[in-house]
Amino acid sequence: MAVEVRIPTILRTHTDGEKAVEGSGTTISEVIDDLETRHGGLKERLVESGDLRRFVNVYVNDEDVRFLAGVQTPVKDGDTIVVLPAVAGG
Amino acid sequence: MRYESLLDSVGETPLVGLPRLSPSADVRLWAKLEDRNPTGSVKDRAVLWMLIDAEKVGRLRPGCTILEPTSGNTGISLAMVAKLRGYRLVCVMPENTSSERRQLLQMWGAEIVDSPAAGGSNEAVRVAKGIAAEHSDWVMLYQYGNPANAAAHYEGTGPELLADLPSITHFVAGLGTTGTLMGVGRFFREHKPDVRIVAAEPRYGELVYGLRNLEEGFVPELYDETLIDSRFSVGPRDAVRRTRELLEEEGIFAGISTGAILHAALAQAAKSVEAGESADIALVVCDGGWKYLSTGAYEGTIDEAEDRLEGQLWA
Repeated sequence: MAVEVRIPTILRTHTDGEKAVEGSGTTISEVIDDLETRHGGLKERLVESGDLRRFVNVYVNDEDVRFLAGVQTPVKDGDTIVVLPAVAGG
Repeated sequence: MRYESLLDSVGETPLVGLPRLSPSADVRLWAKLEDRNPTGSVKDRAVLWMLIDAEKVGRLRPGCTILEPTSGNTGISLAMVAKLRGYRLVCVMPENTSSERRQLLQMWGAEIVDSPAAGGSNEAVRVAKGIAAEHSDWVMLYQYGNPANAAAHYEGTGPELLADLPSITHFVAGLGTTGTLMGVGRFFREHKPDVRIVAAEPRYGELVYGLRNLEEGFVPELYDETLIDSRFSVGPRDAVRRTRELLEEEGIFAGISTGAILHAALAQAAKSVEAGESADIALVVCDGGWKYLSTGAYEGTIDEAEDRLEGQLWA
């Protein structure tokens, strides 16, 4: 399962400056584990005790995974995952 | 309809069907026209409630200075009310907001303090909190954490929707301060718990997410994720495309954040069609398009409009 993962500026120190990287897995959690093997340190910035960190938002095809199945949300070939820091609107 | 004054006319906005954008006779979209409020946006509701609340508890007295971080509509609404009630208003606003918003604020007599474009509203909140610490006598109503913001929608928007559309199945609104979604969400959880609450969150250009570290991230104090059922991130391209569709199909000239909300509403509508369910989906038209003409969102191709919105706080 190959998916594109878009990385926000603030986390690109872990991806050699790449805006988007390829990952594989059948869930968000598996994709993050897969990314960690090539982009060390990324996992710790995203996840804390098995859950997404408070100021990290992850979207699969534009839908916030917190309202799907969290890090257990399934992903399929060709999905786009976007990681963004939580910021203020309004 | 007759009112004693302009402030008395806030709320009770029309709910209009969107017959051409609705996918079928069983899955229908309805638009709550919040641009019909006195200063032309949904923010008049929150501002009036926050102001009356602050006056009631004695936080605001004649001659007070009000300070608020705002990317536009809240400030514009505050400026109008502050003028009528005799308060001075200082708005902290990111510098990457449209010029119309600045002109409107100045027209109603507000003073503007610029905050850096990088970091968007996050920076405006940070700068405002700093100024508030230096001026302990200034009053920050603080829309991100003021329960009266959500109460305006719990007491107003929610009951109006249920009265006008008893068959409502979904409510879709923008996620900024989260006030609209929290207030309407709580109202339906209590009065019609099967109504699904859908958030449309604008996704800006990278500049806006330019935090120095993740710990500077921001979640509004009002936000309670148990009051929301799904949350869509909508980029400028989809927002502009839907803003134009709303104008072409239904004749409604709305701001760009409304396009983002319509995009999420149509995604929800498609899911309902696919599931073979009937649905009455109500969405918020936050404001009209007037304040965004200078952004170029309404002219040229979608590609050109998308390029012009890069780095701007378009919602």
